[in-house]
Amino acid sequence: MTAPIVIFFVLAAIAILGAVSLILQRHPIHSALSLIVVMVALAGLYLLLGSEFVAAVQIIVYGGAIMVLFVFVIMLLNDGEEERTNFSKLATFAGIPLALAIAGLIGAAIVHSSSSLPVATANATLTNTKQLSLLIFTEFVYPFELTSFLILVAILGAIVLAQREN
Amino acid sequence: MVPTNYYVILSAILFGLGIVAFIFKRNIITIFMAIELMLNAVNLAFVAFSRALGKPDGEVFVLFVIVVAAAEAAVGLGIIILTARNRRSLNVERANLLKL
Amino acid sequence: MIEFLTQYAYLIVPIVKIAILVFVVLTVDAYLTWLERKVIAHIQARWGPHRVGPHGLLQPLADGVKAIFKEDPIPANADKVAYFLAPFITLMLAMTSLAVIPFGPQKFTILGYESTVGIADVNISLLVLFAITALGVYGIALAGWGSNSKYSLLGGLRSSAQMISYELSLTLSVVGVLLIAGDFSLSNIVTQQGDGGKGLLTWNIFPQIIGFTCFYISAIAETNRVPFDLPEAESELVAGFHTEYASMKFAMFFIAEYTSMISVSCLATILFFGGWLSPFPAGWTFTHYLPSVILIPFGLWVIYDGIRYEDLFGRILLPGVGTAFAGIGAALLLFPTANEIVQGPFWFFAKVFVFLFVYIWMRATLPRFRYDQLMSFGWKFLLPVSIANVVLTATVILWRMH
Repeated sequence: MTAPIVIFFVLAAIAILGAVSLILQRHPIHSALSLIVVMVALAGLYLLLGSEFVAAVQIIVYGGAIMVLFVFVIMLLNDGEEERTNFSKLATFAGIPLALAIAGLIGAAIVHSSSSLPVATANATLTNTKQLSLLIFTEFVYPFELTSFLILVAILGAIVLAQREN
Repeated sequence: MVPTNYYVILSAILFGLGIVAFIFKRNIITIFMAIELMLNAVNLAFVAFSRALGKPDGEVFVLFVIVVAAAEAAVGLGIIILTARNRRSLNVERANLLKL
Repeated sequence: MIEFLTQYAYLIVPIVKIAILVFVVLTVDAYLTWLERKVIAHIQARWGPHRVGPHGLLQPLADGVKAIFKEDPIPANADKVAYFLAPFITLMLAMTSLAVIPFGPQKFTILGYESTVGIADVNISLLVLFAITALGVYGIALAGWGSNSKYSLLGGLRSSAQMISYELSLTLSVVGVLLIAGDFSLSNIVTQQGDGGKGLLTWNIFPQIIGFTCFYISAIAETNRVPFDLPEAESELVAGFHTEYASMKFAMFFIAEYTSMISVSCLATILFFGGWLSPFPAGWTFTHYLPSVILIPFGLWVIYDGIRYEDLFGRILLPGVGTAFAGIGAALLLFPTANEIVQGPFWFFAKVFVFLFVYIWMRATLPRFRYDQLMSFGWKFLLPVSIANVVLTATVILWRMH
């Protein structure tokens, strides 16, 4: 039981518990807090995989900006807890096993086809930020410019949508 | 070190939990958060494969996925705020008629 | 015993360092509150606290005892998770941000484990600090929400919106420094400012004066201090997001605010003022006696003041403190190796102290912004200036490369 495997299982357990808590909580603000826990656990997993820049960006952008947006909207549109309406018992009893079966199928398919990959993520080197940035600005410069344009469009769209009707 | 398969299985489990949350929750914002959870699961798979193959291309793609998720969250929440103002409820089961 | 310690040295040494750092930071926080009250009082032509101990030095202790024993009412229908989690998150994040700050250059080896003067020396320490600042918004938003009170919710949302707006210009104003240094690691940024041993002239403050101004203003807005403290001002929304918090939880918010003040001042000295580098050129070795030259007269003055103090406790305590200071100064004169070790941290703490003094000075002199003035200043002035700084720095670097 080496240290990386122990850390992996701890972080994976935190992530899965956070995701289960997202489903089971009644008030959306608690679901949002659970999702933040999942994101921080995933940032830890990225660090374990050696990509330090992606881990930092995950916390800064996802955990510090996108989830803050969610939390603000939940606090402002305070709709209260979810009501309990049971439309169909079949959906509950057949639906959850089905969803988990889908996940299992996807996972099994990927695991089976990736058995030719190197057995372990054995590179002990961290990904250099310089390497990443060289890639972004030379090979992936076209998607980079497109996503910048996409964000500009999203900002304009959000401003137009949030205006008061005069 | 940790085998790549472990990360992929974790990613599949998180994706499945995201699907379960998407189907079973009734608050529109919680459903949106389930979409974010699914995107995160996919990001984890990207980074794991990028490390296994030794190239940083997967991590670059993760950055793009994060950016797209941010743009989608901003516009999506704007639309949600507008519809919630009109219908006065965030429950998706109450939004089953075209008429308000 | 020694073998056990050596085998687990990679765990034990950081834990001991963390314990020392937490203790030191909490003490510095407590005496920062004392310093603030004294300085503001003297600027306003009155004495500050001067009854609780000689010159009011035991006032933080009295405040701590009061905070522990005060009643802790919880508002009705408060959201338990959010209400109890908010002060913990804020305090935890403020303390964690001190873990990546390098206090000095030495690498020393204890029990076979090599470590620096600082808890962790990671490649991306600057990004870690930004991540912690980004997560700090949650403490305030949850505090406002969890109190189940309209005033708290409004104060919390206003304060969170202010923090998010100024976080952008905070991050962008540092990009100029990153372009010059080429590295995220704070120790490398400091080392790179010391190239050539020219002292003051190679610090980042001269190429990046615009960046420094934007950074410092954004940092004041981030830590919710005057002139940006509308969300927690006492004459506005009662007390903003921490209205419903009493005694120990309020003390946690308070400690978190001062700790983040210290952390931001440390960051400003590292990024722009050369961190633990001396402002004098490396050739002037006689400046290495400066700590002793400051400490010995200060200690003698404290002794002189203490002997003539009005009550007995002061007549015992103050000369004791003065003797300690003078003794440390004399010891530094007598042991040159200790003097060399002390040089880096001495300059670092001196610069951090100057920044903290400027924070307190501003609180005593400046009025506060109105909320809409604050937001428009952040978005319409600071953010474009930060972006212009990045573009300008990049242009100059490219021009110099050819």
